[in-house]
Amino acid sequence: MSADLALIWPELILTIGGLITLMLGTFAGDRQVGLYQLASLVTLAAAAVAVIALFGTNATVFSGTLAVDAFGGFAKLLIYASSFLCIAVAPRFFRDTMRAEYPVLILFAALGMGIMAGARDLMTLYVGLELNSLAAYVLASFMRTDDRSSEAGLKYFVLGSLASGMLLYGISLLYGFSGTTDFAGIAKVMGGEMDTGLLFGIIFVIAGLAFKISAVPFHMWTPDVYEGAPTPVTTFFASAPKVAAMVLLTRVIVDAMAPAIGAWQQIIIFLALASIILGAVGAIGQKNIKRLLAYSSINNVGFILIGLAAGTQQGIEAVLTYLLVYVVTTIGSFLVVLQLRDREGNQVESIPALAGLSQYRPGLAAAMAVFLLSLAGIPPLFGFWPKYLVFEAAVNANLVPLAVAGIVASVIGAFYYIAVIKTMYFDDRSEAEVSGGGNIVEGAIVAASALWLSVIGYLFIGPLATASAHAASVLF
Amino acid sequence: MGLLSLMLAVPFVAAIACLFVNDRSARLIALAATLVDFALGIVMWARFDVGGAQWQFTERADLFGRFQWALGIDGMAMMLIMLTVFLMPLCILASWEAITRRVGLYMAMFLVMETIMIGVFCAQDLLLFYIFFEAGLIPMYFIIGIWGGANRIYAAFKFFLYTLLGSVVMLIAMIAMIREAGTTDIPTLLVYNFPPEMQTWLWLAFFASLAVKMPMWPVHTWLPDAHVQAPTAGSMILAGVLLKMGAYGFLRFMMPMFPDASAQLMWIVFALSMIAVVYTSLVALVQSDMKKLIAYSSVAHMAIVTAGLFAFNQQGIEGALIIMLSHGVVSAALFFCVGVIYDRLHTREISRYGGLAVNMPAYALFFMLFTMASVGLPGTSGFVGEFLSLAGIYEASSWVALVCGTGIILGAAYMLYLYRRVVFGELTKDDVKAMPDITAREWAIFVPLAAVALWMGVYPESFLAPMRGDVTTVVARLAPAKPAGDAHLAAGEPKAAEPAHGEAHHAGGVQ
Repeated sequence: MSADLALIWPELILTIGGLITLMLGTFAGDRQVGLYQLASLVTLAAAAVAVIALFGTNATVFSGTLAVDAFGGFAKLLIYASSFLCIAVAPRFFRDTMRAEYPVLILFAALGMGIMAGARDLMTLYVGLELNSLAAYVLASFMRTDDRSSEAGLKYFVLGSLASGMLLYGISLLYGFSGTTDFAGIAKVMGGEMDTGLLFGIIFVIAGLAFKISAVPFHMWTPDVYEGAPTPVTTFFASAPKVAAMVLLTRVIVDAMAPAIGAWQQIIIFLALASIILGAVGAIGQKNIKRLLAYSSINNVGFILIGLAAGTQQGIEAVLTYLLVYVVTTIGSFLVVLQLRDREGNQVESIPALAGLSQYRPGLAAAMAVFLLSLAGIPPLFGFWPKYLVFEAAVNANLVPLAVAGIVASVIGAFYYIAVIKTMYFDDRSEAEVSGGGNIVEGAIVAASALWLSVIGYLFIGPLATASAHAASVLF
Repeated sequence: MGLLSLMLAVPFVAAIACLFVNDRSARLIALAATLVDFALGIVMWARFDVGGAQWQFTERADLFGRFQWALGIDGMAMMLIMLTVFLMPLCILASWEAITRRVGLYMAMFLVMETIMIGVFCAQDLLLFYIFFEAGLIPMYFIIGIWGGANRIYAAFKFFLYTLLGSVVMLIAMIAMIREAGTTDIPTLLVYNFPPEMQTWLWLAFFASLAVKMPMWPVHTWLPDAHVQAPTAGSMILAGVLLKMGAYGFLRFMMPMFPDASAQLMWIVFALSMIAVVYTSLVALVQSDMKKLIAYSSVAHMAIVTAGLFAFNQQGIEGALIIMLSHGVVSAALFFCVGVIYDRLHTREISRYGGLAVNMPAYALFFMLFTMASVGLPGTSGFVGEFLSLAGIYEASSWVALVCGTGIILGAAYMLYLYRRVVFGELTKDDVKAMPDITAREWAIFVPLAAVALWMGVYPESFLAPMRGDVTTVVARLAPAKPAGDAHLAAGEPKAAEPAHGEAHHAGGVQ
């Protein structure tokens, strides 16, 4: 038991740090922003250091219910890094309404996501997922006096509960027909004759998890929640939970369902293509930049699922690389959105208001153009590389029609990305000019991620491949 | 750093510099950088060993883990790079006064474009090639969209999406090739024998992409829109170099890598080329917009290129290459001819002009020269290419040669008709009367273009010699799959000391 504790340092640090931050907020008051911000950021940084220290470990703890391995570690680093940034940018956004609950909730959500990333048992899976979800529901409605934010929280909660219900139903079926909640045990049963009950279990579990990654047809909540939630929270939703849920889905599929490839592969292929196409078509005509980025995330999840559909180690490597590049791009683009303010200092979210942005905020417009073209996967921007990897994995797994369909559908997606660029670059300056103004740190993060995504990222392909190969290899 | 890396770096660094300086400095930086690149190009040509190794100036650096920064050129690539670096300073000069808004960004886009185009021609790694190939969309999208004409948004979107849709399928084919051959190295892939049934699929995927870039009928419709809306220099570079990427892809990838499929499916290329030559020439004949007319003529010329390439013989391919170079110079010059009078009267309507020979004699002279070069008058570059490629096509199929030959007659018709309406006739319109003749800056652009067009027409051997070995390699690679032609040419008694295959070119070029 104590040996097990030594392997879950990141989780312990997050739990204790989260509680300390909560106490600080309660006793020092919401005005002491610097204090509880610092506590939460230090907690995340310490947890990340612990993950790096454990990167070489490959073990299971607590009777095999939780894995501590490089695969989970890779995901946790991404999750902690994006949580870190989402906490760091919050005070400037919330100003007077900043409260200590924000970093606390994100810390607990990060804890839940860490458990999701390591889950090797249906029960830990559910515990991690719910810990993350409950924090997320509250975060969505964090601006409680704002109608849209409350609506987003309520919508997320109702639909999220539905998804949890489906997931639990699937879990109960899997347990009922296999007699175990352990992934490896389920895999053993799946290797035998395929039971209808097991098949239904697979379908319901995948459906429940598809909700979390907002894959079509379980994506309906995404645009509304992204639009309604405060922008730092949206940034968080678009990055860390996506990583956690995707990694969880990958582990469930590879560890628990691998022998039943005939059952899950076609579901994943359907989810992938539907997400790519609907994410692209739905984005056309959106007037709100956050809604547009919501559809963009649906679209990108579709591409990630292509890598998962391949089901090979190469495919999982592609999934991990894709997640990393996707998180950088998403956080960068939402940071740009955070900087868009009109003269009164209110947030600007409408796309037409960005008209002519390149003429008075050239740097910001250029960074946004890089992020959008990177999301579209146009070379030489680095967003091309993970797309290449997932298609390569699909082709090597003999899923050529899937690769062709996916890449052709990506052209539809390119349309709305370049439409935003058209607004920023080709149109004349709008009346409702964005005055903007950000601080140096945010600007530096935007600039650094934009530069990395332009051409510099290609220089990191080697180390990235090594890290993702190391992480993916533990599953096989 | 090798010469090719340097040639890529110079415009790229200058592009970044252009973003941070005022308009005047941006123009000067751009001109200086393109001239430096041109000088480097001349050094490259001078040091190129004709008849030496197939791949020269090779560089390899393991920068990207999965694929390499691999550069190198053969003769064809070198001539296309020369075309690029030759046209770029002229494009910058052509936009010297015409572009007044956001000059820094404009110059940066052109310099990035130069880097990308050189990269396409010298990439020796399949993925590196693809990245350069598709990256060209982004600067061109901005150039058309920001500095284009009234309907520029539509044209920019159409250009971007149309060409993107074309190229993505090629990526899947490339992945399949890499999987099959286990390497991304182009020289290795060039001699790899893909299984014949796989070749057919790969060929079709490449064809889908390259035919759009080319552009071939019926996927050419983006080109007239893009040309008409693009600024003058944008049209010059689009017609001059970007259209050559398609043909370069045919010659670099499809033909040597999939020889069996090329032979099996050559009828598609011939059929589409024949339709394109006749159809787009007729369409060009009825245009009332000068730029659109020249755009359609580009499609017709490119169709002769594709037909010449798929003749599978030395004359056909060499002729196609000369048409590519010639068309690069001549169509850029013609678009500049349009730009010159557009800057003065701000319309491209042919009927708004007339009688320019009276008040703009020097302009009329240059326009005449390039019209003739486009028609293919002996002594100009157009003749050499058309003669050689038609001779090659005739050997493969006399019917195709017949149909493509009519394109040359129609070409004379629409070009001379254009020239008559713009330059001859009565000088009646007051605003046209007020147009001054060409300025010193415009002289500086016309003279080099005219000189090259004549040089290529009078002594094409300078341009053919570096490419001959590469063409021979491709022809040899295609030989086992080559179908028998319907024109059984019998060789005459060879003259004594003349090398056998040099004869045709001298016959075409010098007489």
